[in-house]
Amino acid sequence: MAANNAVRRERLMYLLSPIGLLVLWEIAIQAGLGDRRFVPAPSDIAERFWQLILSGELADHVGATLWRIAVGYVVGVVPAVIIGLLMAMFRTARIIVDPLIAALFPIPKVALMPLLLLAFGFGDASKMAVVAIGAFFPVVVNTYTGASHIEPIFIDVARNFGASRLVMFSRIVFFGALPMTFAGLRTALAISFIVVVAAEFVAAKSGIGYLIWSSWELLQVDAMFVGIVTIGVLGVITSTIFREIERKVIPWKAEAN
Amino acid sequence: MTPPRKGARIEIKRLGKVFEGSRGTVAALTDIDLAIAPGEFLCIVGPSGCGKSTLLRILAGLERQTSGTFAIEAAGWKVANAMVFQDSGLFPWMSVEENIGFGLMTRGVAKSERQDRVERAMKLVGLSKFRRHFPHQLSGGMRQRGAIARAFVTDPAVLFMDEPFAALDAQNRVILQEELVRLWEETGKTVVYITHSIEEALFLGDRAVIMTAQPGRIKEIMPVTFPHPRHLMELSASAEFGELKLRIWHALQDEVMRARQQQEGA
Repeated sequence: MAANNAVRRERLMYLLSPIGLLVLWEIAIQAGLGDRRFVPAPSDIAERFWQLILSGELADHVGATLWRIAVGYVVGVVPAVIIGLLMAMFRTARIIVDPLIAALFPIPKVALMPLLLLAFGFGDASKMAVVAIGAFFPVVVNTYTGASHIEPIFIDVARNFGASRLVMFSRIVFFGALPMTFAGLRTALAISFIVVVAAEFVAAKSGIGYLIWSSWELLQVDAMFVGIVTIGVLGVITSTIFREIERKVIPWKAEAN
Repeated sequence: MTPPRKGARIEIKRLGKVFEGSRGTVAALTDIDLAIAPGEFLCIVGPSGCGKSTLLRILAGLERQTSGTFAIEAAGWKVANAMVFQDSGLFPWMSVEENIGFGLMTRGVAKSERQDRVERAMKLVGLSKFRRHFPHQLSGGMRQRGAIARAFVTDPAVLFMDEPFAALDAQNRVILQEELVRLWEETGKTVVYITHSIEEALFLGDRAVIMTAQPGRIKEIMPVTFPHPRHLMELSASAEFGELKLRIWHALQDEVMRARQQQEGA
């Protein structure tokens, strides 16, 4: 009970510095420091936030962005896990894929946007594609690393007990790599947000990125801040959900740490 | 008590293993000649680094010898061998039940039969209550019980055990040794058991094979004739036990010293 209270107190302390900063910001703007058209007070942003929620505009943008992320993420991540495992298990796969990853991973994925617009058009597909490409790389690299560093004893046991290639793949290597794969999945999620917002700046008529960019063009700085805050909130929510899933799926990892 | 049937017969002829490393070749095993009778409990004792684990891994098909041959005759047995490792090697992502059933799943044993056999194996090693637990929730002794059940449940003709109790505390070790002897007496399997403990070899084995330091050769084979069932604590108090232990120690002593010099020289 005492420990619980201590944890709760510590959590409250975490809120202290962000809230303090917002209060200082509000006081400074109210006192006339800075031009309110360019630097709105937190209260202005909150008011605009509320308006955009009530009008349903914000929900539309959030929905558009999340839909693009969801589809692109799945399309990118599923083959990444499979290819990562195949690379660890088969030399040929490694020899074919490794140089491609080395060459393509460092390219900023947003730089591919013009190409993707050509290939997939101005609709959702081009944004989904850039998310898929962005999410693919961290997952393939992490899965491969995890799968090739499985403790040798697990491979020995599986072989000694007559595991076929399929069993080795689906019951041993996949699970052995899972903690690393999850680390990759989490990085991939963050990258998905980054690339989708950047893509929406220039190549969309909806989405949080579009909200930020169009508000900036119309000099509606408070609406721009609403977009930025929204991304932060979505990031916190999704990574919390993610951690819960991870705890359910990899119970042995939490124990080891 | 006569066992229902006899396990595999193993014939090893002039077996050798050379490892090719970046700093030249290392002979791990040289000229191993050994015949293991069906249903025998054979213990192999030797200083660390004498290649005894390598020998076991070759017999279990996890590594290939570089010279010589061996044959495991296991006619009438569906599964030739199963291995128990020093670190249990239970898969952390599988429950106790799934772990024990692994060797049956890989061999396509039907689900209902699998459940029956896993059930019996769990009962045998006292893990029935922990079927849904994961390995990280078990103690070291329980994990090793799980590993033994996983091997026994496949009903192998020979059980290869690589220092399975070396990492356990003394009390747990004695309990598990007695359980293992009981299982062996009931099933009549052949067991090849690696250990660096002379006592363990005398508690468990029908014969003790003493190996030399690198390269591993067979130095001496000593019959251990204590009657079964053996009670480990009583046995260790007897004069014959002490005498045999001393004899083996003398045979081993030179090898342990030699192994140490090699390590210091390296």
